[in-house]
Amino acid sequence: MSETTSRRGFFIAAIYGLGGIIGACLGLPALAYLLLPPKARKEDEWIEAGDVTKLAVDSPVELTFRRTRVDGWKVQSEKSTTWAVKQPDGSVVAFGPQCTHLGCAYHWDEAKNDFLCPCHTSVFSIDGRVISGPAPRPLDRYATKIEGSKLLLGRLHTSAEAQG
Amino acid sequence: MKRNMTGIGEWLDHRTGMPTMIRQFLYEEIPASSGWHQIFGSVAVFLFLTQAFTGALLAFNYAPTPGDAYNSLRYILTELTCGRLIRGLHHWGASMMIVVVVLHMVQVFLYGAYKKPREATWMVGVVLLLLTLAYGLTGYLLPWDNRAYWGTVVTTKIAGQAPILGPYLQRLMGASGGSVGVVTFARFYGMHVLLLPPATLLLIAIHIYLVRKHGVAPQPGDEAVPKQQFYPRQVFKDTLAIFAAFAILFVMAVAARVPLEQLADPTDTTYNPRPEWYFLFLFQFLKLFPGALEVIGSVVLPGLAILAIILVPFIDRGQIIKVTRRTFAGAFILFAAVGWTGLTAAAVRSTPPEDKALAIDYSAPTDWMHLTPEEMAGVAYFREENCIACHMVGGHGNKIGPDLTQTAIHKDAAWMIAHFKRPSAVRPGTSMPPIQLGDAELNSLAAFLLKLTPENASALENTPDFATQGALVYKAGKCAGCHVVNGAGTQFGPPLNGIGKRQTREWVEAHFADPRKLVPTSIMPAYKLPQRDLDALTSYLFALPDAPQQ
Repeated sequence: MSETTSRRGFFIAAIYGLGGIIGACLGLPALAYLLLPPKARKEDEWIEAGDVTKLAVDSPVELTFRRTRVDGWKVQSEKSTTWAVKQPDGSVVAFGPQCTHLGCAYHWDEAKNDFLCPCHTSVFSIDGRVISGPAPRPLDRYATKIEGSKLLLGRLHTSAEAQG
Repeated sequence: MKRNMTGIGEWLDHRTGMPTMIRQFLYEEIPASSGWHQIFGSVAVFLFLTQAFTGALLAFNYAPTPGDAYNSLRYILTELTCGRLIRGLHHWGASMMIVVVVLHMVQVFLYGAYKKPREATWMVGVVLLLLTLAYGLTGYLLPWDNRAYWGTVVTTKIAGQAPILGPYLQRLMGASGGSVGVVTFARFYGMHVLLLPPATLLLIAIHIYLVRKHGVAPQPGDEAVPKQQFYPRQVFKDTLAIFAAFAILFVMAVAARVPLEQLADPTDTTYNPRPEWYFLFLFQFLKLFPGALEVIGSVVLPGLAILAIILVPFIDRGQIIKVTRRTFAGAFILFAAVGWTGLTAAAVRSTPPEDKALAIDYSAPTDWMHLTPEEMAGVAYFREENCIACHMVGGHGNKIGPDLTQTAIHKDAAWMIAHFKRPSAVRPGTSMPPIQLGDAELNSLAAFLLKLTPENASALENTPDFATQGALVYKAGKCAGCHVVNGAGTQFGPPLNGIGKRQTREWVEAHFADPRKLVPTSIMPAYKLPQRDLDALTSYLFALPDAPQQ
């Protein structure tokens, strides 16, 4: 041990200091790379989901349509569905196809006049409110627009967003 | 607190023995002559770990199948934050690792550090060099662009030339008969990420174990002086060297853009493949052996050279280890360096200069490809009139005028043209000068500006000059009267998207000069264009996407 204590201290401080800089220069970009969302790409704004004239008031119908979804480096065209309910005033409420509990597909129970989720028996009324079961919030709704006889769907909102 | 820490340390030591092991590793005694010349091994290990780290990060957003590989890499480069940096680190890190591993070997060679009892350490080291080269070879294919594809076609053909083993080697590479495809890709990827890293880790562990077992090689005179400890003096030197290497690597990753060429096209007959720079000398060496002798240059001699390097400790059994007296070793390294440099320089000289003006960088957004010729001409006027001097576009330019990507300020084309002609008449008090262009030009400019959004703004900066110039020629020739490009125009003649797939450049240029000579039924008039316009127009048409964007 020919080195003085201060020289030894300098070596050790430099080892940790330089190591720390390298760690930060690798670690911070890695975190940004993994955690920041990719640059937003435009998705379709309004998608045609079906013919409004074929809907009867207060009688939910499951409509199937295709929409494009940006999935990483792919733009997927995929089948999607909505439960559409025509209102007495002619407007249409379109519910998202998944139960708000854990995302199972629910269906309209003709006999009982409500939406039933088979997974954990959440029950929703025709206007999407939770009647019973574990669902934490009413059914999600698509923004809707009617052009001529065509029903157009926009973004899917949770009921809280839709009200606010 | 301090007592608690000591307690934890003792507990850990008793149960795992780790602290003692680390201490033994750090306080290992090394010869007094150790110093700066022995940093290369540590730098190589550091670079290997950095490659593993950046490689894993890339793998998190990369789909290892042809086609998807290319698209997912483009996604990493154009859409993810720091994606370009991480790919840059991985790309340049690979080159740097080769440099450092070779320097490490040169140092050990010059100092005769491979001599008894360190022969096995040397031989394991040579295998590690071969593994490093194998990473370079297999990783080269993974972007699946033209460079990757054609480079690998050559690699597998060379492997096929090996005497007796050739066909089996090719089959092992998934390239039977030299055809590179999905199987080749899967094998190369599997090698690169599943087989090579654990093999490298194991061999590095054995290599370091052997270094420790025999001790760091001493120089004459070391017996007389007391030894020093590895930590902290030598560790400091290693760390400083690692830091310097990392600083260079980081600057390269930020400053030197790693290009991505177009998606691998096996039907491209014009592509001129070149290997990575560290293989260029082999590529050039091959040219010295024409015809039937080729196998000697491609397989036999390189194979013998590797064998000779592995056997160095048994070939050189002399006692001299003093570096200044190892003149033969020094002369040999000099000879090898001159030979390598000469071959590499000859290979570089024989590479036709890449036409930078026509190169498209696919590692940047290419939204510009989807503009109509009218809008593309607008880009040309936008640049000519230097609008960027006052306006912001996607974070660039000056803030004197409004940001042109804001869709809120977009009005209809008629309003914009009126505004271009007399800005103050439409917007009283504005300091914008009138634009001295005709109606047709202003119409293009308006069409382009109406298309601008924050999302595509950065892409428009990437528009190559040949595309804007080509669009001007296209517009001047009124081509849109008969042809459709990106969905705009009249479909009287054939649509021009995908022309690069249907015709060669020479054909298209000859066709401009005299359409009826090539297509007797054609009603297209002849266009006698100046060479510059002809080049720009043809390049522009060839850069169009094969199909218009939906």
